[in-house]
This record gives sequence, C-alpha cells and structure tokens, in this order.
Amino acid sequence: MAIVQPKSIKYRIWATHALVCLFLLAILFPLFMVVMISFREGNFATNVSDSIFGLFFPGFDSLTLDHWRLALGMSYIDPNGKEVLPPFPVLRWLWNSIYISVVTAAFIVVLSTTSAYAFARLNFSGKSLILDCMLVFQMFPAVLALVAIYALFDNIGSYIPALGLNSHGGLILSYMGGIALHIWTIKGYFETIDASLEEAAAIDGATPWQAFRLVLLPLSVPILAVVFILAFIGTITEVPVASILLTDNVNDYTLAVGSQQYMASQDKKWGDFAAAAVMSGLPITVVFLLAQHWLVGGLTAGGVKG
Amino acid sequence: MLADGQYAFAALFSVVIGGGLAAFWFKRFYPHRYIYPGIASMIIFIIFPLVYTVYIAFTNYSDNNLFTLERAEEFHLQKKYRVEGGEYKFSIVESSNKGLYSLVLTTGGQTTADGSVTPVEVYKSSEIRFYDKDDMAKETTRLSVEKNTIPVEKVDSNYQPTPCGIKCTMKFRDFLKTVKVSLDSNELSMIDLHTFGAMRKKFTKLADGKVLGNGRMFKNPHLLLDNQTQKLFMPDMERGYFRYIDDKTGDFEGENYTPGFRVGVGFSHFKRIFTDNNIREPFIKIFIWTVVFALGTVGITLAIGMVLACFVQWEFLKGRAIYRVILILPYAVPSFISILVFKGLFNENFGEINRIIDFVFGFKPEWTTSPNLARMMLLIVNAWLGYPYMMILCMGLLKSIPDDLYEASAMDGAGPFQNFFNITVPLLWKPLFPLLIASFAFNFNNFVLIMLLTNGGPDYLPEPGSTTATMAGATDLLVSYTYRLAFEGGAGGHDYGLASAIATMIFVLVGTLAVVQLKLTKKDAGR
Repeated sequence: MAIVQPKSIKYRIWATHALVCLFLLAILFPLFMVVMISFREGNFATNVSDSIFGLFFPGFDSLTLDHWRLALGMSYIDPNGKEVLPPFPVLRWLWNSIYISVVTAAFIVVLSTTSAYAFARLNFSGKSLILDCMLVFQMFPAVLALVAIYALFDNIGSYIPALGLNSHGGLILSYMGGIALHIWTIKGYFETIDASLEEAAAIDGATPWQAFRLVLLPLSVPILAVVFILAFIGTITEVPVASILLTDNVNDYTLAVGSQQYMASQDKKWGDFAAAAVMSGLPITVVFLLAQHWLVGGLTAGGVKG
Repeated sequence: MLADGQYAFAALFSVVIGGGLAAFWFKRFYPHRYIYPGIASMIIFIIFPLVYTVYIAFTNYSDNNLFTLERAEEFHLQKKYRVEGGEYKFSIVESSNKGLYSLVLTTGGQTTADGSVTPVEVYKSSEIRFYDKDDMAKETTRLSVEKNTIPVEKVDSNYQPTPCGIKCTMKFRDFLKTVKVSLDSNELSMIDLHTFGAMRKKFTKLADGKVLGNGRMFKNPHLLLDNQTQKLFMPDMERGYFRYIDDKTGDFEGENYTPGFRVGVGFSHFKRIFTDNNIREPFIKIFIWTVVFALGTVGITLAIGMVLACFVQWEFLKGRAIYRVILILPYAVPSFISILVFKGLFNENFGEINRIIDFVFGFKPEWTTSPNLARMMLLIVNAWLGYPYMMILCMGLLKSIPDDLYEASAMDGAGPFQNFFNITVPLLWKPLFPLLIASFAFNFNNFVLIMLLTNGGPDYLPEPGSTTATMAGATDLLVSYTYRLAFEGGAGGHDYGLASAIATMIFVLVGTLAVVQLKLTKKDAGR
C-alpha cells in the first residue's frame, strides 16, 4: 500500500484499540454476567455480599453448580435438606428445538432448491412476477396473521391430528412458508454456475430433472449448506408462531417457547434461567460463529435476522 | 373455533390441489412442477393467513361474537326456564340395600294468603344406584346417566323418611345435576341444593313463519318463539346478536342477547380506529412510538455498525479478526435468550444493572414503570442486538470502495473524520438504503423484543368511565398491540376483528415499503 501515512497514526491506532476495547466491555457485559449468575448461589442478586465486587466475582467459596444441575435435569439437596427438582425440562426443550429445526431446515432446502432451479434455468410465464411477489410477501410478519394461522392449524388438525395444533408436525409445516429468501439465495448461486455443463448433459439425452439432480446439485453443495444453517438458525430462534401453536404440553415446548417461563412467573428463577440459557444458547452460538464466514454472504443478500 | 371459515379453507385446498394436478398432468406446465411444492406452501402458510386476516378485519369476530349463527341458535334453543309453581324440595334416602338410594320429592305445606295450608304431596323414586363424583368423572357413566330419566311415583303424604342429609347431596351433586326426573308429564331438574323444579324449553323454532300483528307473513329460517312470553326472537344480522322483535311491525327492539355470532361489519373497525376516542388515542400514541422506535433503532445501529466496520477493516489495526468475531457475538447468540437475559439484568429490584447504578450513583432507575426509561431500555437492548447486522453489511460494502479515493484525500491533507463523512458515508449510503428500508420494516414489527422484554408495559391507565378499555402500553408497538388485542384481551375481551383491522393497516404499510425496497434494489442492480 502506498498510502501516505501521517505521523499521528500511532496515536490513532492506540485510540482505536482503546475505543473498541471499551465498546467490547459494554457489549460483553450481559454475556459475562449471565455466565457468572449461572454459577452464583441463589436466584437473586440480593443475597450476594454487599460489595459491588461480589456482584461480578462471587468468590470461590460461594460458587455453586446447583443451577447447572437443574438445567441438566438433575436435582440437588438444598441446605435445609430438601430436594430441589428441576423447574422445567430444559434438555427436552433443547432436543425439541434441535430436531424441529433440523427437519425444517432439511425440508426448506429441498423445497427451495427445486424452485430455485426452475427460476434460474427454466423459462415459464409469470416467472419474474412470482419472484417479485415472493420478496414482497416475505416481508409480512407472521405475528400479524397469528389468528389466521391458529385457525388454519385448528382446521388441518381436525383432519390430520399429527399436523394440527400442539403438534411438532404442524409447527414444522408452518415454517415451510418462509422459503422466499432461500430461493433467491440459491437462485443467485445457480446463476453463477455455467449452464454449458447441463446443456452437454441434455445433448447426451438427460432430462431436465436428471441434469438438475446429477449435474447441478453436486456443484451446489456449499450453498445448500449455507441455506441449511440459515434455515436452522431462523427456525430455532422463532418465537411467536411456536408460542401460539405449542401451548398444551410443557414437554412439547421448544426452547424459544419454554425459556419465557423462567422470567414470567412471580418468583423469577434468574439463576436457573442463567444456567439454562448458557447451556442451550452456547451450541447455537458456536454453530453460528463457525459458519459465520459463509453466512455473511447469505445475510447481506437481503435478510434481517429475527 | 372458526366453523364458517370452512368455505375459505375449502377454497384454499381446492386451489392448492387443483394447481398441483394441473402442474403434474399437463406437459406444458413442466417447469411449474419444480416450483409447485415451494409456491404451494407459500400460498398456504403466508398468503392465505394474510388474506384471511384481512377478511376477519371486516367481521365482528371477538369473544362476544365467537360462534356461527347456527351455533348461537343452538345455544338459545337449549335454554330452559322454570315453570311457575312447579318446585319440589328433595331429599335423598339411603335404602336398606347397601349402596342404593331413592330420591324423595315433597311439595306443598305452605300457608297461603287466606290462611289455608296447601296439601302436601310426596313423590318417591325406586331404589337405584347413585353415582358419586369419581364415577361421574368417567365419560361412559356420565353419558349413560344423561340419557336416563328417573321416574317418581306418588306415595302417602304422611311418609316421613330419614334423609341422609346435605353430605349425601354434596357427594352426589354432579349426578343430581345431570339427571332428569319425570313426574307425571313434567321433566324436573335440579335447581339448587334443596330443590328440583319443572323446566321447559325457552324457545321453539318456527320453521313455517308467523303472521305478525300487521297482517304480514313473517318468515325467517332462524325465527324462534319464546314459550314464556310468546314473543318472537331472531338474529339481527347487523349487530350479530339474537334480539326480540316487535309483534306488530317486525322491527327489532331491546337489548342484544349473548352469545353473539359473526357477521360482516364493513369498515366499522377502521372507523372505530379513527373516531372512537378509546381506541384512537392509544392507537396514535402507539403509532408515533412505533415510528420513533423503528427510526431510532435503524439510526443507532447504523451509526454504531458503520463506525465499527471502518475500525475493523482498517488495515493498521492489529487483531482485527478477533475484534470482528467478538463484535459479531451479539448476533450469534439466539435473540430470545439475550432478550430474556436483558430482562433479568434490567429488573428494577434485583437486576445487576440497577445494583451497579445504585452503587455508583445512589439511585435505581425505574426501567419497567417509567414509560420513558422503558423506551430507553428497549432502544439500548435493540442497539445491542442490531448493530452487528449493520456492521456486517458495511464491512461487505466497504470492500467495494476503491483505496485510491482515500489516498487522494490523504494527499489533500484530509483527516480520518473528513474521510469518513465525505467519502465513506456518501458511498455506502446508496447501496445501504434499500437494506435500511428492510431494517425499518423489520423493527417496525419487532414483536419478539417487545413481547419478551416489556410485553408493552408500563400500561396506560384506562380512561375513566370507558367501557371498552383496551390494553395498551407505553412501549407497545402496533404489532404487539395487535397481538394483545387478539390474544390477551382487555376489558372488552379478545377482539379479533379490531386486531385484524390494525394488522391490515400494517400490511398496507409493509407492502408499500416492500415494493419501494424492491424497486430501489432493482434500480441499484441495473445501474
């Protein structure tokens, strides 16, 4: 680089470091606190020693794994000799969330890949209109149509109970609508792949379906992985539809529905929530960070995270 | 829940299935086979709920008008009234056969106004099995009991049984509530813990119509006759309730009778939003706050994100990669978890943030009870949640700004601030603008944040004397207000119609924004 460097650059670098670090302290504060709280005795800050220092670092003698035991579904004996049972089946919720999100993401990849193929490679009437409509409709939040969504699944459930209200099948089905952005992402990727390979296959007698499945798909694995992860994260963090469709059985809740319970009740289980939040939030965060390099491209393509 | 939506659902499924058959039957729709599954699911789960919501906006669908007309009529037809004078004191007598009881009804014995005593009559059922609470909890028992009526027969009026008292009555209460007793031609049911009474159907259906006082033949498929008062009763399709009609003119008169049923009400919800003070005032307050919140969020996150993006793209800064990963962290943590974490941290009494402020400044801000502090808390939390997205966007766009621009400005002696405001900001602005519209639309409808952090609170106090007080809070966005109208309900109960009307207005707004954004993006791409 031939940039002309002023003398003050050293100070500016240090100033920038200082600014960014200060900002990072503020940003990391809630995350740091929730980890600390998960190891702190009791559910409230009031029973921490009065010094402000104790708020951040409880000290080794008052560290406890009790909240973590509850989060992992184990009970513990409190000082009065009473057994404390886990308030909520967090592991069950985590499992529900993960399997619902994996199934949803898999279906979304299948649905959006075939659609994207037609939009990228085949010619048919109304193509650009449908594409535009998809983008417009994608921006309407599902929250506003919750009454209608509830009625829709009430109705479906009266014919097929496994896809109705309070069923994981119904919840997965409801997420199948949100594929417009993924179709656009995959379509964009398909368009970067030279069509001459498929044309060659077609000359050798391949049908469009064969050209799609045997030529184009193997070349598109990276973008399919990106869409899978985006769909997975989008599903696992979805709150309103899951809250409306899953209400009956606590064991059926997803994490996003269940974790509200901690802070909703009169006796807020702050410490228990902290342990459950760290335990369940960590894997999702790690997945996101590992994949962020590839995700950034997909994110800038248009979506806003929910 | 929504039986008359059947037509809508039937239409939906025939469109979806018909489209599928067409796509897979005709050769010329070959390309449509690929998009069919995706498009069909979007029609069912996105477009249909939108259309259905708009439809509900034009009906009176709410707690009071939950049923279809048929269900409401059925409800009225099941109503009964007590026949004057047909009341009997009852007692339960345990039989010598263990486990069997008989029911004894007594009437008369009262002194009338002229001093004579009415004759005492006693009736007794045969010895039968009574079912207690646990038995009645069983579906099969309950159904068989419902079908049976217990016949009673007249016995000697001097019959003086030893009743087994109120304990028995309580034990068999559920059973007694369910059974019918037939006495002569009357059917009796339990009225209270001491009495059985003759009940008669309140309404009968007049399928053939009736001639009114003005000589006109009056016919309506839902015309009912009140057996007690001989008045005519029928659905008022404008109000969505059954009402009595005048015997002579056939005009509706008097009050509405619940339960109501669903009817179309045209634009009346929209009129209410703009003219009814109980709705207009919170609506305007909420609308203003929604716009402020969305604009504020976009502004704050954009400012933070853009500056940070410039920092972490600056090649002289060592450790940029680490900074980048940590700065993205708030975006990587699932938002429902971080919002709930903030809810705990911001708690007025035990929250860690107030403990620190209390220690340093000696007071505790009322984050959840003061409207302005609650709004500030929302903006702080949303800035934390949202700046990484803006940073990622800016990082991508910064790469496309050619370096020689900065070189040239450095030659002219420009400082970093001049560079930022004269080169970076103007060049980023254009490609960012459509994305900012999307971000505005997203935050305009940022339901999850409100629902999990404040649930709209602190709530506005209802206007004194208002009967249709709907709940609204200082931090409610339009979208959470809609949700609360539909799913939480205020003094007016769950008002799905009104909620859908507001939702429809948001649809129009979001739709406009989406189209504008689409146009801008296309213009950008075509540049």
